[in-house]
Order: sequence, then structure tokens, then C-alpha cells
Amino acid sequence: MPLLEIRNLSVTFATAAGPFTAVDGVDLDVDGGEVVAIVGESGSGKSVAMLAVMGLLPKTATVTADCLTFGDEDLFALSPHRRRSLIGKDIAMIFQEPMSSLNPCFSVGFQIGEALKKHLGMDRAARRQRSVELLNEVGIPEPERRLAAFPHQLSGGMSQRVMIAMAISCRPKLLIADEPTTALDVTIQAQILDLLVTLQTETGMGLVLITHSMGVVAETAQRVVVQYAGQKVEQQLVGGLFAKPHHPYTVALLDALPDRATSDRLPAIPGVVPGQGDRPSGCLFNPRCTFATEVCRKVAPPKQPRALGSARCHYPRNARQEAA
Amino acid sequence: MSVVIEATDLERDYSVSRGAFREPAVVRALAGATFRVESGHTLAVVGESGCGKSTLARLVTMIEPATGGSLVIDGVDVGGADRRAIRALRKTVQIVFQNPYGSLNPRQKVGSILEEPLVINTSLSAEERRTKALDMLRRVGLRPEHYGRYPHMFSGGQRQRIGIARALMLEPKIVVLDEPVSALDVSIQAQILNLLADLQDQFGLTYIFISHDLSVVRFVADDVMVMYLGHPVEIAPVADIFQRPLHPYTRALLSATPVADPEKRQQKTKLEGELPSPFDPPSGCPFHPRCAFKREPICTGERPPLMHAGRTLHACYGIAEGWIPEEPEAPLSA
Repeated sequence: MPLLEIRNLSVTFATAAGPFTAVDGVDLDVDGGEVVAIVGESGSGKSVAMLAVMGLLPKTATVTADCLTFGDEDLFALSPHRRRSLIGKDIAMIFQEPMSSLNPCFSVGFQIGEALKKHLGMDRAARRQRSVELLNEVGIPEPERRLAAFPHQLSGGMSQRVMIAMAISCRPKLLIADEPTTALDVTIQAQILDLLVTLQTETGMGLVLITHSMGVVAETAQRVVVQYAGQKVEQQLVGGLFAKPHHPYTVALLDALPDRATSDRLPAIPGVVPGQGDRPSGCLFNPRCTFATEVCRKVAPPKQPRALGSARCHYPRNARQEAA
Repeated sequence: MSVVIEATDLERDYSVSRGAFREPAVVRALAGATFRVESGHTLAVVGESGCGKSTLARLVTMIEPATGGSLVIDGVDVGGADRRAIRALRKTVQIVFQNPYGSLNPRQKVGSILEEPLVINTSLSAEERRTKALDMLRRVGLRPEHYGRYPHMFSGGQRQRIGIARALMLEPKIVVLDEPVSALDVSIQAQILNLLADLQDQFGLTYIFISHDLSVVRFVADDVMVMYLGHPVEIAPVADIFQRPLHPYTRALLSATPVADPEKRQQKTKLEGELPSPFDPPSGCPFHPRCAFKREPICTGERPPLMHAGRTLHACYGIAEGWIPEEPEAPLSA
């Protein structure tokens, strides 16, 4: 049984202009000890889906799913009390902007200690000792001194390390990292990704990595989920996704990368991700797809079999080899 | 090919107040940048935050004066020129900013955003300005009906197109692109990079392309300047940087850049630590505290000057004296 099981998750926001579906029928399984990456451009609903798992969405959001379980807990049926003892302990999250995710009014030591006190009931001395250990683990020099530091005294990389230390403080079974390196420089990004993967291998936790960078995916993930406009359009192991992408969006996304360019013009994807007002009928990608036909414009595509990356497409690419 | 920008030992200091009773500190944001850009070429400036990339952009666009060294743009010495000459020169250098959301005035319509440079710098009639703005909209891939709209009605990619159109209104020779695609999604990024390449061909533009993303740089640049803590550490043609990086920092940067190919997962040359504080820069080579190859006392003694090695200019004693071996195979090379 997977650690996290999501079936047909949808999130709809009530906005002034009517309901907006940010996440549309997403399935996802995450096992312990696995690194799953969710990629997609902004507006593809990757963060919202994970915030729904954490129960951190605002009241304007309506979350529905056929199944949303973590271990043997049904995340829908949880009492608020039970949820509070689960979130932050067994499921932890690292947020995108380290600088604005830490509370500027409290010292780093206090903020790390908070989770230790609440979830593990440690006393002051134990908390201090554990905080020092954690800061050591995430590679912060002089941890004893850093405990007294306030967030504004830390650089972006340091703040992100503190965020990671907080997230792993209670040895979570599942860690959700929402664009953990987007705000950081490449050399620091490499350090942070390295740290996350090391921690994941050592503790055997499941790691969900939300990112928009195909480079980060290629270097860290085992399994990849591609999202587009709130839908999961493809899921494959990392090697297969880069070698034989099945959904035309994945193909186009990979082709648009400057590192894969073969000529002096990039094969750009025309148009933009559809927003609230201009969701097309049929396949959501059809207005931007080079392979779209009349069928794609009218009929919502079926989900292809697993061998074809569960691609949501009428005409999956690179299909012949698989069928033979 | 003529040289349009020539910088020699360009420096920029900022003094930072440290409270009422202490001497203000001096931060050297740019220390001795020497480079030249040929007409119609693209020089990419790469480095991590705090390396002086944006300061360089501010000097080249003449938003701020340099505090040392000389800068010659289009044959005019910026330091020695009078105000009238500088004013004329400003028209030839324009800038596109990083954040397309913050760099457009939300209360101006696209039409007046594009026409403002013309109002200030030319004596064209309203009708001529309008014609020019509409023509420019078409060239950057927007439609005439966008003329009367406000910035909030556009997506990020379209806004960046407006930013580019505004920069081109005065028909500049040089455009400084300060991280023009880093706020955009991959699919939109490709559209904008193509547009920039087309415009460069059409108008014969010279680009200074500031970026931290090496895969983008590899695609757009002719020459690359790698900067660290205000110092250029390596300047070379783009092929050389990616196939035969010399300076240890360039190597570390290349190795840290994620490659979108799971087959090429590699042991990274990991860089320890973070950028030193610019208030208290290390002595000698600015990179020595993080460098795996450093040798004392030479690396900690005097700052290495830019030295020639083939077509590459680098600032590393280890390369010059040969104790740092060449890399057999560069990580990003295809």
C-alpha cells in the first residue's frame, strides 16, 4: 500500500468570476523511500494539489477526491485535532520562498523548537540539543550561535536550510518540497538538492518535489508526473520520460529547453496556459498542440494505458515501439 | 566588426551607512571589469547573486556613473563626456528589466508606455509616435488592439514583449537584457528567446545578456563573461566556456547547473559554502576560500589579473602556472 494515495483529486476555487478548477482529477501514489517530481508551468495546479493534501487551502477552495489517504488515515475524515498532530510531524512541507516563509519576529531556534515541543513534547534542553543536531545535519556552520539568529540575518540558502531543518525535525514519513530551490543560486541549489536527496535516502521518507525545472527533475527524481492546466497529463519513470515522452505537451516542453536546442531557433510552444476564462473544450492542450485534430477540439481525451505513461491524449507520441 | 562597448578596469563603489557613530562601509560592487563587445554580438554576463551583474547593467546604461576605470560606448568616453553627449548616448543604450510585472507602470496604457521615450527624446508628432508604436507592437508579436490596453491585462510573456518593445522604440544600438526570461515559464521563455534572436537580426542589435541560467546563456551568447564577487574571472567565446572551462569557479558553476538529461547524472564538483560578504572580501583571488585548488601564499596574496590562455581570458594563478589540470570532458557539453 502506498504511503500517500490520491484518487481523482479536484480543487475548485470560488472566485468573483465564478468557480475556477485549479486541480482537475489528479491521481498520485507516493511510496516511502521514493522521489516523485511534479512538473508543470505556473498555473498547472501542482502546488494547490499538495496544499490540498496538507489541508492548507483557504475556505474558498472546495476539495473533492474519491480517495485521499496517508498511511491508514483518511485525510478527509480526520478530526482537526488529529490533523494538527499529523501535519508537521508525519507529513512536512518546505515552501517556495524561504525568506518569506520564516516568521521574522522569532529566532531560528524558537521556530525549530516549536515543532519539537508540540509534536514530541521535548523539554527546553532536549529541544536545544536536537535543534543543534538538526542545523548540523542541514549543513549550517556554528549551529549553537545560529539558534539565536533571526531570519533577516540569514542568506537565502541558509534560510532554506532552516526551513528544511524544521520540516525534518520530527522525522516525517513524507516530505513535500514546493519549489525548494527556485529562489536560490545554482551552486546553492545544487547543495540543497543534494541535501534533500541524502536525507531522503538516509531516513527512507517519501519525497514529493514540486518544480518547473526539467534539469532539477532529471537530476533528482525517480518518477515524474507532468501537470498541465490542473490535469495530470503524463506519468513515467524519469528515464522514460526524457527518452520517450508520450504526451505532446511533455514532448513540446522538452523541446523548448535551450539545452536541448539543435538549431538557432527554439521550438517554442505557441500561446499560453489557459486561464479561468479560456479553458478550451476537448483536450486542454489542443490550442497549442501541433498534432491536434477535430477530435481533440471536441472530445476530452481518454487516459492511455500505463505503458504509454497514462498520457491524457487521443494520439500519444512514441507509441509504436510500446505497442509492438 | 567594430567594437561598440569597451570597458577597462570599470569599478563601482557604494558607501553604506552603518549607523550614526560609525564610518560608512564601502562595498565594491564591481571591481575591475575589463571587456569589449563587438557590434551585433551578444555578451552574456553570468554569476550568482551579488556578483555585480546588475551593477554592470546600471553602469552600461548610464543610470549610474562608474567610480573608477573607463567605459567607452559607441566611440564616446562616458566618464569624460559632457551632459549633452551623455544625453545623446543614452538613446543608443536601452534596457529590458527582469521582472515584467514590476517594470511596467500599471496606470499607463501600452500605447503611452511605448510612446513615452519618443515624447522625451524626439520631436515627433502624436500621429508619427502612434504609427511607430503600432509598428513596434507588430514586430514584437503583439496585435494593434493591444495599444489601448493596460499591463495587467497581459500575461507574463506578453508583458516582457512590451518591455522589449519599449526598449527598442528609440532604435538603440545596444540593449542590456537583465535576466529577461528568468521570471517566465519554459514554453514562454522559448518564445521570448526566439523573439530576441529575430530582433537582433532585424535591427543589428548588440546585446549584453545578464543571466544566471547557463543553459540559456549557451543558447544566446557569442561571448561569456563569468563574474564572481564583482570580478570577472573568465571571459571566453561561448564554445570555449562550455567545452573547456578554465577557472575553477566556471567549472563549479557548470557542474552545479542541472542538465535535463537523466542519463547524465554525474558526480558534481560541489562548491562548499556561500559567497563571502562583499563588505569584507577575501584577500587575493576572491574565490580562494571556496576553491579546491588553492595554493598559499600565491592565491591569498595579490588579486590575479586577467591573463590570456588561447582565446580565453581568465583570472587564476593555478591555470597560468599549470597546477590546475584541464578538465577532460566538460559536464554540459553535448
